[in-house]
Amino acid sequence: MGNRVVITGLGVVSPNGLNIPDFLHAIQNGVSGIRFIPEYEDLKFNCQVSGVPEFEWDDLRNYITETSLYGLKGKGIAYGIKAALDAWMDAGNEIVAEDTLWETGCVFGSSVADTDVIKNAITRVDARESKKLGSRVVEQIMNSGVTAYISGRLGLGNKIINNSAACATGTQSILMGYEYIKFGMAKRMVVGSCEYVDRYVFGGFDSMRVLSRKFNDEPERASRPMSASAGGFVPGSGAGALVLEDLDFALARGAKIYGELLGGSTNSGGQRNGGSMTAPGPEGVIKCIREAIANSNINANDIDLVSGHLTATIADKMEIKNWVQALGRNGDDFPMVNSLKSMVGHSLSAAGSIETVAAVLQLKHNFVHANLNLEDPIPEILDIIGANNLPVIKVDKEINTVAKANFGFGDVNSCLIISKYKTTDG
Amino acid sequence: MDRKEILTELKKVLAPYTESKEMLDGINEDTDLIKDLKINSANLVDIIIDAEAQYNIEIDFDAAEKMYNVGNCIDVISEKINKLA
Repeated sequence: MGNRVVITGLGVVSPNGLNIPDFLHAIQNGVSGIRFIPEYEDLKFNCQVSGVPEFEWDDLRNYITETSLYGLKGKGIAYGIKAALDAWMDAGNEIVAEDTLWETGCVFGSSVADTDVIKNAITRVDARESKKLGSRVVEQIMNSGVTAYISGRLGLGNKIINNSAACATGTQSILMGYEYIKFGMAKRMVVGSCEYVDRYVFGGFDSMRVLSRKFNDEPERASRPMSASAGGFVPGSGAGALVLEDLDFALARGAKIYGELLGGSTNSGGQRNGGSMTAPGPEGVIKCIREAIANSNINANDIDLVSGHLTATIADKMEIKNWVQALGRNGDDFPMVNSLKSMVGHSLSAAGSIETVAAVLQLKHNFVHANLNLEDPIPEILDIIGANNLPVIKVDKEINTVAKANFGFGDVNSCLIISKYKTTDG
Repeated sequence: MDRKEILTELKKVLAPYTESKEMLDGINEDTDLIKDLKINSANLVDIIIDAEAQYNIEIDFDAAEKMYNVGNCIDVISEKINKLA
């Protein structure tokens, strides 16, 4: 069976909140973090809105040393450091350990290394000025930059891994950390993911014609998961982080416990039978959700809330169909379902971790956050699940178990099952 | 520019790379960049790049290797500046 794994710390850098109290307030009140980006108009992008955290470099001043902050240019890394260290402190820990913490590791994901830093390197090198690059470039263009900064600051000595699985990255990193603790390889893991969507990454998606383009003058209406008038997703940036602990380790130090990570699954549809580089195959998705449920020793009927991937593309209706089949529940019997992306957009690699933080907060505070902009649900969705399960305003309701899933390019799926922590075995 | 003036300027170059601000205030020619100012050895290249910009000079590999304490830094910088003059 393995060890029980509990969640003891949360941190977030989101377009609608730079810390847990602000983020909680934002998701309880349906505060959108989507804004018009004048630069994107100038660049002739079809989509000119994005979810951008209101982050200032000064926000990191008390997190890392002055010398480390000087020369740090990668925003994805910066978001990751802030979220991870906030989660660490939220779990009741001090930032600076004297010695290496051998029992604690870090799995933190990202999709691309910071392209602003890469651009600087390209420009300098092509101008034959590589000599002027200095010592801080390599550590910020390596994918593992974010884990290197986090683990170095905290003195973590267990597994230090940077994972990458496109939009499934965040949930996958949490699952990896969970497995190390469950199987006794670590006592505590700092897990999460970060994303900084710069103009180049944004441009790539814009060219694929998968982004929202009809609401540039009404940014807060631009991200419309499950809506018939949705025309694509809104890219976003940010980071989410959790501290996972072996239950006994957490109890021994008297840690507060947000909830228990019961289990999960990550797989791939193999890009077969409807799955492709860009589309999740139904078979893989359904198998992933069912495995997550089985690994967690729960019944599909126990799930009170589905925190979907639901990006606001044509894939939304297929996703709901997959959930219906995977859970064997439909109509009014289907659980409540929501998409945080309606408030903050789709922050790619960071989506899974930010959304998991939101899921844990809904579990702890017993509510279901609203789906913004869901004025016109897709009819095919209403054919299979009840309209009451698609809340457009916050619903206060006891939430015991949440299923959180994300599906990424490469036909990669990840699903987590999180529940309230109960002292009795179960 | 005499050695004292160079040292004053050098303090500004070194400032972003040391957490030991009090030590920096009191530097003299014997102050070791790594041992006394606790500068990360990887950052020595950044100090050289910044010094090149600050004094409008070029510091080659051989000269850079000598720059491990404040006195050596001043030696190299003053030599390069005087070459320009």
